Amino acid sequence: MAGTGTAHLRAPEDALLRVEDLVVEFHTGRNQTVHAVTDVNLDVLPGETLGLVGESGCGKSTTGKAIMQLPSPTSGKVVFEGTDLTSLGAKELRQVRTKLQMIFQDPISSLNPRRKVEDIVAEGLDIWKRGSRAERSEKVDEMLLTVGLDPDVARGRRPFQFSGGQCQRISIARAVITDPQLIVCDEPVSALDVSVQAQILNLLEDMKAQYGLTMIFIAHDLAVVKNISDRVAVMYLGRLCEVGDPDVLYAQPAHPYTSALLSAIPVPDPDVRPDARQTLGGEIPSPLSPPSGCRFRTRCPKADEQCRDEVPVMRKVADDQFVACHHPLAPGEVVTTVSLAGASA
Amino acid sequence: MFTSVFASVLPIKNPDVQSTDTPLLAPGQGGLLLGADGNGRDMLSRLIWGARVSLEVGFASVAVGFLIGGLLGLFAGYYRNWIGKLLAGLFDILLAIPALVLVLALVAVLKGDPSQDEALPGVVILIIAIGLVSIPLLARITRAQTLAWSQREFVLAAKAQGAGSGRILFREILPNVLPAMGYIALLGIGIAIVAEGAAALFGASVNPPQATLGVMIDAGRGDMEDAPFVMFLPIVVIFFTVMSLNFLGDVVRNRFDVRESAL
Repeated sequence: MAGTGTAHLRAPEDALLRVEDLVVEFHTGRNQTVHAVTDVNLDVLPGETLGLVGESGCGKSTTGKAIMQLPSPTSGKVVFEGTDLTSLGAKELRQVRTKLQMIFQDPISSLNPRRKVEDIVAEGLDIWKRGSRAERSEKVDEMLLTVGLDPDVARGRRPFQFSGGQCQRISIARAVITDPQLIVCDEPVSALDVSVQAQILNLLEDMKAQYGLTMIFIAHDLAVVKNISDRVAVMYLGRLCEVGDPDVLYAQPAHPYTSALLSAIPVPDPDVRPDARQTLGGEIPSPLSPPSGCRFRTRCPKADEQCRDEVPVMRKVADDQFVACHHPLAPGEVVTTVSLAGASA
Repeated sequence: MFTSVFASVLPIKNPDVQSTDTPLLAPGQGGLLLGADGNGRDMLSRLIWGARVSLEVGFASVAVGFLIGGLLGLFAGYYRNWIGKLLAGLFDILLAIPALVLVLALVAVLKGDPSQDEALPGVVILIIAIGLVSIPLLARITRAQTLAWSQREFVLAAKAQGAGSGRILFREILPNVLPAMGYIALLGIGIAIVAEGAAALFGASVNPPQATLGVMIDAGRGDMEDAPFVMFLPIVVIFFTVMSLNFLGDVVRNRFDVRESAL
């Protein structure tokens, strides 16, 4: 599944954002390199929500941050509205920044504990001196109302006086106030209670409709992603496995990894024992030295020599379903054995 | 004790230099509450005035360290490139030099040739010397705090909104680092006062007519056997002053800690 290839991309002129051959590597000491993201190609059409899923450490968040140029990727292009963000100078990049915003996973860490909510939300406007002081203040009130907070109460308070869900609402208000076109949501609900998750997801949907936003929604919870996304991309160890329409992808996963992920969704039925369902064995290999060929091969029951030697390339298996696998699952096929088969890289 | 020192600023007691014919009066004698020293000067008055100078030196030198060290520490913590590494290395080198030796050397250099007209009053020289020594200490603390805070996601969020480095440093990070800096600075004042005392024992303090607590200790050394109080009273004053500063530091820290860790 260490997939490369661009078969799943749409026409460049249609896309609001197009990510090409994105590579993010971090150098650790002793000449080691973490291959966090390798050759990822993605695109998002205006108004679309792209769900990016994968297990912890697969490079989802890194991809999101690389799109935001925080920090810039090691190589590859991030084309936003026809401009390659990676080629911009610091000054030009700052100008573009307000059009791309990010909502972070940790609602506490993403708000400055020493600043008042009104200052936090107004930050984007203050930086760019948009409108008069009174206009900005009005906009803050309006924004707080939109995200479901009472401006009179919330304005003067500081983040610690709010719950996690409320903090996330503040984050959303801060991100949307500058009228961005694209919002990267980095696991915005995974730190919240389930009941609050639904509220925040609904709020995001409302905001999306109201402000005409395009979203990249990063999560490890497939159920959450299915509901909110128009298109889903599955990542494993820094590469894309499968991209497609969520309904198709969930009903008929073509990649063994997608299939394994789906079967790992907990079933709310006490009679279904976890061990009776097919789950994936083994551990995710180290991104310091990812397996050759397909990166999933060390845990894939269908892996063979071809998987070891060749990096699979994205190809179309159905309408709006693309997979990077040498042996995609046939419709209805289920991965049978759980394998630890691990010629380690 | 601490408040009496502040009170001294307003109700002016007997002048500082008052040589009468009552040398070495024990406390309570001759109408002087704490007695008189070898030159017959009122100990209470001298203590109050001496403590005032000591505190001035303490506050001012730490203020120097706070401003310069804080600023350098902020940069060292925020910039992860060669600037940060260079600054951090510099702090380590400065911290490795024994503080007292550095103060003595700086005072000696700044005082220059005694035969010439003094360019700077003794107090200012002391402030600069102790201030310079306190820079790396505050810078280290500030750097460590800045390193931690600049990892927070709200810094990323500010960057995503196009905030420049200056704005991030001073609007986002500094307010979070300040409480720790304030706490260390209050401790630093105590340390500076003690350092002044130590410097005085080596004769590297203010010039004779003026007194600091350290100078008084030094002066009292000669009379220790006859009149130990001359030496011990300023020591006691230093003890209580430094202790109250430390308590104040704790209060400041507790006050601000509660506000950020409520969740």
